[in-house]
Amino acid sequence: MKSSLTRRYRFAASHRLHTTKLSEAENKRVYGKCSNPYGHGHNYVLEVTMTGMVDPETGMIANLGDLDPFVRREVIEPFDQKFLNEEVAEFRAEVATTENVAREIFRRLKSFPLARLERVRIEETSKNSFEIEDEVNEVRG
Amino acid sequence: MIRITRKVEFSAAHFYHNPNFSAEENRRVFGKCNNPHGHGHNYVLEVTIAGEPDPTTGMVLDLKELKDILQREVMERMDHRHLNYEVPELAGQIPTCENIAAVIWKLLEPKITTGKLDRVRLYESPDLFVDCTSDVGSGNGARA
Repeated sequence: MKSSLTRRYRFAASHRLHTTKLSEAENKRVYGKCSNPYGHGHNYVLEVTMTGMVDPETGMIANLGDLDPFVRREVIEPFDQKFLNEEVAEFRAEVATTENVAREIFRRLKSFPLARLERVRIEETSKNSFEIEDEVNEVRG
Repeated sequence: MIRITRKVEFSAAHFYHNPNFSAEENRRVFGKCNNPHGHGHNYVLEVTIAGEPDPTTGMVLDLKELKDILQREVMERMDHRHLNYEVPELAGQIPTCENIAAVIWKLLEPKITTGKLDRVRLYESPDLFVDCTSDVGSGNGARA
């Protein structure tokens, strides 16, 4: 038996799906109303899954006293109540789709020193969700 | 293969305290969960069984049978109990979501004789849950 711990967080942010690699007409065709130049926003729900040994002294895979401040510092503070395209440097270079947001969040959380990041899952709305997993784990699994 | 999931809810009290730690260390590591008077949660347990549907009944297993197993193994042991004092399987362990889920896995695994226990997911709150899954083929090694 192996176990994992999943914690849910929330942030609200705006974005616009638009790339300079495409013409205005193509942007409009590909991204539809998500390309509206003024942007729009979502209440994102972020699920962070950690794996590792359960520490016999604490009974924990990851202590929320360590994990919560780490996620807050790496993701929630820089992303919450922000315009992702302008205010998160990585999305000046790439489209702020939730696929790319998930990948960026995975990259930021991977350095958590006290457990292994297994999966990041984001609900952009209650109808759309996006998942990214540790590739080493995928090969093993 | 088909997976079927049954959900049950139980309410229980607990607190976190390690007798090997000093009082100060307990407070630092466990924060307000160290309050010796305890606190409680409405736990939500999702149990997933995997298998092939029986060609006659069309069922992986009889959900009534699973409901009875969950009642006997989990609800009667843990519902409206203090997990630090009243559940022998947790004796000597900190009753974290990780440890409770592992105890539930160990209790259920031998009782599931039709199909196979695939996953135990235990929510301590809507924003925190632990998954236990079989590690066969994962290469991750056994867990304590």
